[in-house]
Amino acid sequence: MSFFSEALWVLLLGSLLGLELIGKVPPTLHTPLMSGANAISGITMLAALTLIIKSGDNLPLLIIGSISLGFALFNVIGGFLVTDRMLAMFSRKKTRK
Amino acid sequence: MTFIAPVKFAIDLLAVLLLALGIKGLSKVRSAREANRLAAIAMILAAFGVLLNSQGTIGISINSWIWIICGTLIGGLLGALTAKRVPMTAMPEIVALFNGCGGMSSLLVALGVALFPSTDGSDGVVGELIRNFSIVVSLFVGAITFSGSIVAMAKLQGWLSTPSWTQSKARHFFNILCAVIALIGGIYLSIDGQNGLFLIVIASSLLGIGVTLPIGGADMPVVISLLNSYSGVAAAAAGFVVGSQLLIVAGAMVGAAGLILTQVMCDGMNRSLVSVLFGGALGSSSISSGGGGGEYTNITSCSPEECALTLEAAERVVIVPGYGLAVAQAQHTLREVTRVLENADIEVTYAIHPVAGRMPGHMNVLLAEADVPYEQLKEMDVINPEFPATDVVLVLGANDVVNPQAKNDQTSPLYGMPVLDVQEARTVFVVKRGMSAGYSGIKNDLFDLQNTSMVFGDAKKVLGDLLLELKELGVGSKG
Repeated sequence: MSFFSEALWVLLLGSLLGLELIGKVPPTLHTPLMSGANAISGITMLAALTLIIKSGDNLPLLIIGSISLGFALFNVIGGFLVTDRMLAMFSRKKTRK
Repeated sequence: MTFIAPVKFAIDLLAVLLLALGIKGLSKVRSAREANRLAAIAMILAAFGVLLNSQGTIGISINSWIWIICGTLIGGLLGALTAKRVPMTAMPEIVALFNGCGGMSSLLVALGVALFPSTDGSDGVVGELIRNFSIVVSLFVGAITFSGSIVAMAKLQGWLSTPSWTQSKARHFFNILCAVIALIGGIYLSIDGQNGLFLIVIASSLLGIGVTLPIGGADMPVVISLLNSYSGVAAAAAGFVVGSQLLIVAGAMVGAAGLILTQVMCDGMNRSLVSVLFGGALGSSSISSGGGGGEYTNITSCSPEECALTLEAAERVVIVPGYGLAVAQAQHTLREVTRVLENADIEVTYAIHPVAGRMPGHMNVLLAEADVPYEQLKEMDVINPEFPATDVVLVLGANDVVNPQAKNDQTSPLYGMPVLDVQEARTVFVVKRGMSAGYSGIKNDLFDLQNTSMVFGDAKKVLGDLLLELKELGVGSKG
């Protein structure tokens, strides 16, 4: 039970932090921010990793975990790269100025 | 082995700190790129922490390593390839696709844990209940995120249209039915941890489809942003399922930040979240109610040649790029036209409406890709007072964001939406494929005004013709 009560506090504080983190965003950054936040939501890869590690020799579970990990990493790596591609175009403008 | 736990704890703390800094930094132009890298480093750290901790405590079997590497390589490579190949104009679709996969991942974790429970009863009855509840949430939200995102992507790509039944009241019954079935499945699963599993997955997938399918292209970015927030919630729920506080913090942060972003987007479009989700496509409802409709009475159309002649005589030109420009992928041609104008000492600025492009901020990305200097992009509040001193406004594939109805006509569904006051300028050229209405399906009073001329055609083709005409006139070639 102690994990869950702690976890609920963590959930509450994490949500409050998220609400405060992005107050004023210039419209320019809406798309990259959405894409970056989207990449971070792929953090569920940690759950997939844990699942694979704990599944021992259970083949179906290993396969489910592996597919899940694949989906998550597709999200994470694709998300970060695409965000970087967008932001690179802004910073290039900055330096040339 | 006693040092493993504190090290893992420290890594987790660092990762959370970096993630928070990353999200915060992403909301400022100067720090955005570093922030994105910071967040990426945080993710690597977090994964490293999990591997280290497991290796130190229970050990990771060879078997597990093989499956970990397989999943990592395949998912990572596909992700990297997609990210490199995708054109900038397809950004909304690709965010939707990535997002859906994140949801799918959470769903699969919950599915795996539910199918092969490994609990030894040490959680107690309440713990067991919370755990099962987290599985339900993870399945429910994960499935909605996945099916909703895929539908959103398909609609944005034009693979799916809006079926007419989804615009009737029938869809509400369908969605409520799905929600009720998912709820029943959820209650079953919460109690015994096994039954109702697939009931939830199927019903919530259908719910995701039922909710997303009726939504029109204009509102889709809001939906994607909302689904992005959901995938955070799904990740947090998966954190409860596997017992990872790091996952809960990160998921909660993304979920909450996503909600704020969704709200910001809704404000920009003068739409409430409720009407986006339950109102269906704006077009059909406004046509049936007749609000803001009517026929055009005073349309003037002209050729690219006339447009070029007017541009040649101008001193101040403002470009209003919109969705049509993004779809026609005409940003590079546009840049060539503006280079010619600049060479002729004509002052060129770009008026960027908060929701220009295919999603908020998308137009800035597209113009940056075409080498438009950042300082020429002006936001709505800055540019609006400057329109009366402007000679020519070139509206490229934008419609609702330049509709004066939003200011003048209280009966119009657009009333109250912030718009660009282009009609204040001396001459307005509207480049548009035809007289079809914008997303909103509402007549644009701008087109009827004396100082407005329509240039019909695809944005890319018209700009190409314009470029030729300008060169023929010798504009910008004197130096």
